[in-house]
Amino acid sequence: MPSLGATYGRGAATLAQWDLANSDFILVMGSNMAENHPIAFRFVMHAKEKGATVVHADPRFTRTSALADIHAPLRAGTDIAFLGGIIRYILENDLWFKEYAMEYTNIATIISPDYQGPDELDGVFSGWDEDSKSYVLDSWQYEGMKVPSSLAEHHATTTESFDETSKSTSEGPPPQDRTLQHPNCVYQIMKRHYARYTPEMVERVTGCRADTFLKVCEAMTRNSGRDRTGAICYAVGWTHHSTGVQMIRGAGIIQALLGNVGRPGGGVLALRGHTSIQGSTDIPTLYDMLPGYLQQPHAYRKHKDFDQYLETEQTPTGWWHNFPKYAVSLLKAWYGDHAAKSNGFGYEWLPKIVGDHSQLPMTMAMRDGVIRGMFFLGQNPAIGGSNSKLVQAGLAKLDWMVVRDCADTETASFWKDGHLVRDGDMRPEDIGTEVFLMPGSLAGEKDGTFTNTHRLLQWHDKVVDGPGESQSELWFIYHLGLRLKDLYAGSEKERDKPMLNLTWTYPEMGPDRDPSAEAVLKEINGYTWADRKQLTGISDIKDDGSTACGCWIYSGVFPQDDHNQSRSRRADGPEGPGTHLGWGFAWPENRRTLCNRASADPEGKPWSEKKRLIWWDEENESWTGHDSVDFPKDKAPGFDPDWSSHPTGMDALDGRSPYIMIADGKAALFAPSGMKDGPLPAHYEPLESPVHNAVYPRQSNPVAKRWEEPDNQLAKPGDPRFPYAFTTYRLTEHHSGGTPTRSVPVTAELQPEGFAEIPTELARELGIGNTDWIVISTLRGEIETRALVTDRMQPFRLAEGRVVHQVGMPWHFGWKGYATGDVANVLTSVVGDPNTSMHENKALVCNVRPGRLTRGAPTRGDG
Amino acid sequence: MGVHPRALDYAESFPNHVIPDESELTCGTKIEPGKSYGFFTDTTLCIGCKACEVACKEWNGLPADHLGLTGNSYDNTGDLGANTWRHVAFVEKIGSGGDRAQEMKPFQSNWLMMSDVCKHCANAPCLEACPTGSIFRTEFDTVVVQQDICNGCGYCVPACPFGVVELSLEDGKAHKCTLCYDRLKGGLEPACAKACPTDSIQFGEINELFERAGKRVEDLHEKGATDAYLYGAPDTPGATGGLKHLNAFFLLTDRPEVYNLPVAPTRASDRVRPSFLTGLAAMAGLTLAAAALMSSGRERGR
Amino acid sequence: MKRIRSRSLSDRIGSFVRDWSVPRQIAGQSSATKAAESSLSRGLRPRLEEADTVGTNICPYCAVGCSQLMYAKNGRVIHVEGDPRSPINQGTLCPKGAATLGLMTMPDRLDKVLYRAPHSDQWEEKPMDWAMDRIAHLTKRTRDETFVHKLPDGTIVNHTLGVGSLGGATLDNEENYLIKKLFSGGLGMVWIENQARV
Repeated sequence: MPSLGATYGRGAATLAQWDLANSDFILVMGSNMAENHPIAFRFVMHAKEKGATVVHADPRFTRTSALADIHAPLRAGTDIAFLGGIIRYILENDLWFKEYAMEYTNIATIISPDYQGPDELDGVFSGWDEDSKSYVLDSWQYEGMKVPSSLAEHHATTTESFDETSKSTSEGPPPQDRTLQHPNCVYQIMKRHYARYTPEMVERVTGCRADTFLKVCEAMTRNSGRDRTGAICYAVGWTHHSTGVQMIRGAGIIQALLGNVGRPGGGVLALRGHTSIQGSTDIPTLYDMLPGYLQQPHAYRKHKDFDQYLETEQTPTGWWHNFPKYAVSLLKAWYGDHAAKSNGFGYEWLPKIVGDHSQLPMTMAMRDGVIRGMFFLGQNPAIGGSNSKLVQAGLAKLDWMVVRDCADTETASFWKDGHLVRDGDMRPEDIGTEVFLMPGSLAGEKDGTFTNTHRLLQWHDKVVDGPGESQSELWFIYHLGLRLKDLYAGSEKERDKPMLNLTWTYPEMGPDRDPSAEAVLKEINGYTWADRKQLTGISDIKDDGSTACGCWIYSGVFPQDDHNQSRSRRADGPEGPGTHLGWGFAWPENRRTLCNRASADPEGKPWSEKKRLIWWDEENESWTGHDSVDFPKDKAPGFDPDWSSHPTGMDALDGRSPYIMIADGKAALFAPSGMKDGPLPAHYEPLESPVHNAVYPRQSNPVAKRWEEPDNQLAKPGDPRFPYAFTTYRLTEHHSGGTPTRSVPVTAELQPEGFAEIPTELARELGIGNTDWIVISTLRGEIETRALVTDRMQPFRLAEGRVVHQVGMPWHFGWKGYATGDVANVLTSVVGDPNTSMHENKALVCNVRPGRLTRGAPTRGDG
Repeated sequence: MGVHPRALDYAESFPNHVIPDESELTCGTKIEPGKSYGFFTDTTLCIGCKACEVACKEWNGLPADHLGLTGNSYDNTGDLGANTWRHVAFVEKIGSGGDRAQEMKPFQSNWLMMSDVCKHCANAPCLEACPTGSIFRTEFDTVVVQQDICNGCGYCVPACPFGVVELSLEDGKAHKCTLCYDRLKGGLEPACAKACPTDSIQFGEINELFERAGKRVEDLHEKGATDAYLYGAPDTPGATGGLKHLNAFFLLTDRPEVYNLPVAPTRASDRVRPSFLTGLAAMAGLTLAAAALMSSGRERGR
Repeated sequence: MKRIRSRSLSDRIGSFVRDWSVPRQIAGQSSATKAAESSLSRGLRPRLEEADTVGTNICPYCAVGCSQLMYAKNGRVIHVEGDPRSPINQGTLCPKGAATLGLMTMPDRLDKVLYRAPHSDQWEEKPMDWAMDRIAHLTKRTRDETFVHKLPDGTIVNHTLGVGSLGGATLDNEENYLIKKLFSGGLGMVWIENQARV
């Protein structure tokens, strides 16, 4: 989550779910929380009982809206217009929390005189290069200073060497004008930038009535300040856009302006969809990062050898100055005795990436025959992948693939009854892919940890064996590793060294030789290399090769040989502080609320008795309170760096810098680096939109990733063949690609069949009755499904009286299991957010007609 | 928000036994025979997630029995029956033909959702109608069909003013919610109430529930949800026609019939009159024969 | 979970006469009391009490992280329900979490290795060992055929673009760790992705 990373320094939820019960205001936006996170919504209800106002801003009236005080309907993909409107409201009416934002954000910081915004440059920011379709971000920097990003994912594109100039953060504090009068201070830039996001503009763009919008603004700003806090909860309703990262940035800015972050009941809660999706980012099965948000070496960056890599990635100031400790200890964990200072700890054995290797280009690389073998480990891209037909065409190009799941999936069986076969494009005998479908164990049949949506690691026990030959992924990968090590044994080739040198010794248990998950977690936690003593936490990690640590941010989860904190089951009782420090382990260092230094005022006192969390204890000269402190424990509020000594690391941050992962310790209202598409969120239409952008002359995010090819075409703005907005979503009764619920009778019967929701007005116009069959088409393909005609969907009245209808469809369905239906992702396209390569399945355009498809016939109709 | 203080007594990852009186931890109620228990279903807290339906089916081993899109909002369950003892009804009131509601009453509004269940009536018409004594009132003041006695005569079916009881196609006997009789005996909260994410379904001692519900209505009125009222509590709609009260009662915000509840339910004794001693000898004979037939039929069916 | 056991006809008649409450009610006991209790009701206990193992599980669906108590008997899971000790769910579960038992015991649960040979139109069962050997062999072959040690400009990249991996957001941290370690740190794969790109 680069947006929260660029704004607050860490790409993760800032508060625990249970802390929502302490909120005075909750905005659920980009999320259908009651449906997709019902148990988290429990805390929203607790807040409501105590008088909190709950707003749901969403294109559809959902089960979340039914429980909200205000439902603000907005056309899919227009969230930045809405959020920008809120920012304008806060600034114009002077409703920001000044004592907080002046000290804890970069609102007073002066930006380069070269900076220009999209209002001055026809919809792009300064630094735009039309040829490379990218930004050079020198002009977004602090005046006379370069600020390195706290994000591993990010590579700055600058005209000069970034790592050299960014040393300037050690020279003195960022230039500020605390009177906020300087025309290029962040405050003035934001005021200018958001001036056009008036309530009227919000209505023209989003379709949300101005009076409803203003009620949201009013409720939100009323609930901020010393005594009150508000939270924003979002999910993939924001991320699944070509501007998804900037939507979340919008929320980040609002929460920093209102002084909500780091405080009880305040912050930004990312509601994530899979049980350990946060864990799979922390310990990334992702291409561009190593465990703990370290950068995966890149062939085209200054990552040639380990020294260069460290020099590039180590920020001079802030917590990331510790980068070398974490990188060295990871390499030590992976290559053991083969990792020594003399060989750069084996850095060279790490593969270097050469570009974007995420799921969208992966789809293309399969189709193009670049990728020949694939492992699908609990993911079902035939259902969940954008442009499903293209995905399936890619599967048919593979030499071999391994699918590990608890049941047969549409991906595993694509050659048998997938779209290629069904549409008559290929017969099974034409498909040469060798397929292995292997039974995977579920939680309860294996032990290990999941990291939940608020960074909490919780151990789950192995209670029973999985059925038949089911095995865990741990078993699979461990035994695959052993076999490969055997196959490579004796090789003298340079290229085989990483495989040979990889440490791969784990205790085995039972007749199936199950590797010990505890042993793996101990390695993740880290230990001293010489005598194998568990590290007690992050501060024990060294850069000299004396410690091995698989993921530095998890250090402390297994601090002693016999103490697995993720398995601790001691929650607070009714009299306790309610931070539940004895239940599981939250990274980093068991901190439940990130940046919680901000829960105290600049002098270190709680903002109010009601909103106490941590505070400065004068007597003991230390921070104390109800949470584990996310700040140097003994750094006094009044501390100021001694700039004459060119301080580095944490020494360069003053005692009023809660955002320790950011180079200057302040929340980035204006993000000088870290974002590929602008330092401030600006509204662009989705890549496929029924209307033209009413805010800027630029139609869509200029940096968005596009792969426009014959099998992945995009409709032009306002294409009359595809007049309706289309969005996809989940239902409470099903899970993701559907295998774990469509195959289970008790959940299958609750939503037994695919459907699309269409507004009553559109149904009437097209002559469609409730449960009638309809065909939905886009330039990627067409599908048939049943219509659920409902007033919960509504037409949006936009600029110039234009009415846009929106059609919505759950994307869970497929042809396996008991609850079946056409695959919604046949309609979606391979396009991506420039920062994350996340697709835009939440906003596209389609056509709808009554009737059914003729299977096997050539594609017809508009699409 | 803390957990129950007694939770710390069972802090092992492998407790390896049922937590004694677990209901104290999950709903603050210790379950004791001789007291009256029931459900207070507060629809204003319901998010329509159907966890109650699933938890009920999983606990009671009830099969999935319906796989079809009804088109009736998100309700694909339809109604209560022999295999469905919890049913979440969905009623859309968002407004049509023009503007939709945007500012709303506090708590649930505009899309009504209600988890329906057997009412465990204080003087249960089904029990009164049962000629075999199969339906009885338990030591927890709940109403339970005992299938080892039930002969499948079906008198209870029309007797129920709420359409709850149904004869199973599988064994021919009457089935309905037992208020998790087995769980109550083991100190466990009923499965649906325990699972309910937002405590829309509250289990407890019935007089405590009536008191809590009364306060909730007052509270909602103060917060502006002036149409909130109780259905099935003493002297409220639902407790009519000779029904003293319902042990499973509801807080509603619209007319009962909107939720498919009878406006004024009546006792069945006026409509069906078998009851015990009526045609006793004939019934006994019939019952024996039916029991034998049904049981052997079941064996053959395996 | 069948609650009614098969019994002989004489047993059934005997118990019916014993259980039939009407005689007891005639004798003056109320139908609202234990008088009407059948032997089935008398012996009723929650089946959780039969468990020989009760462990703590974390719900496998979304990322809220609800804790579950998992009850097993003779190596088979007999029930899963919300863990009242958890500060997150306090015993509650959503419809998916409440169906965890159903997920673990679903009728189409895969329990064998299935293999589809190139150009075949059917699955066939294969032994696990054979499949593991074959997968290791294919992985090595494809890696070796596509491995790049150095780019033309001399930059050492040590990677293969020929093998990819998708998935991980549903897996344990320990599993993701070994996946990344083997695939990236050992084999040099760069196409490693999961559902978490947000």
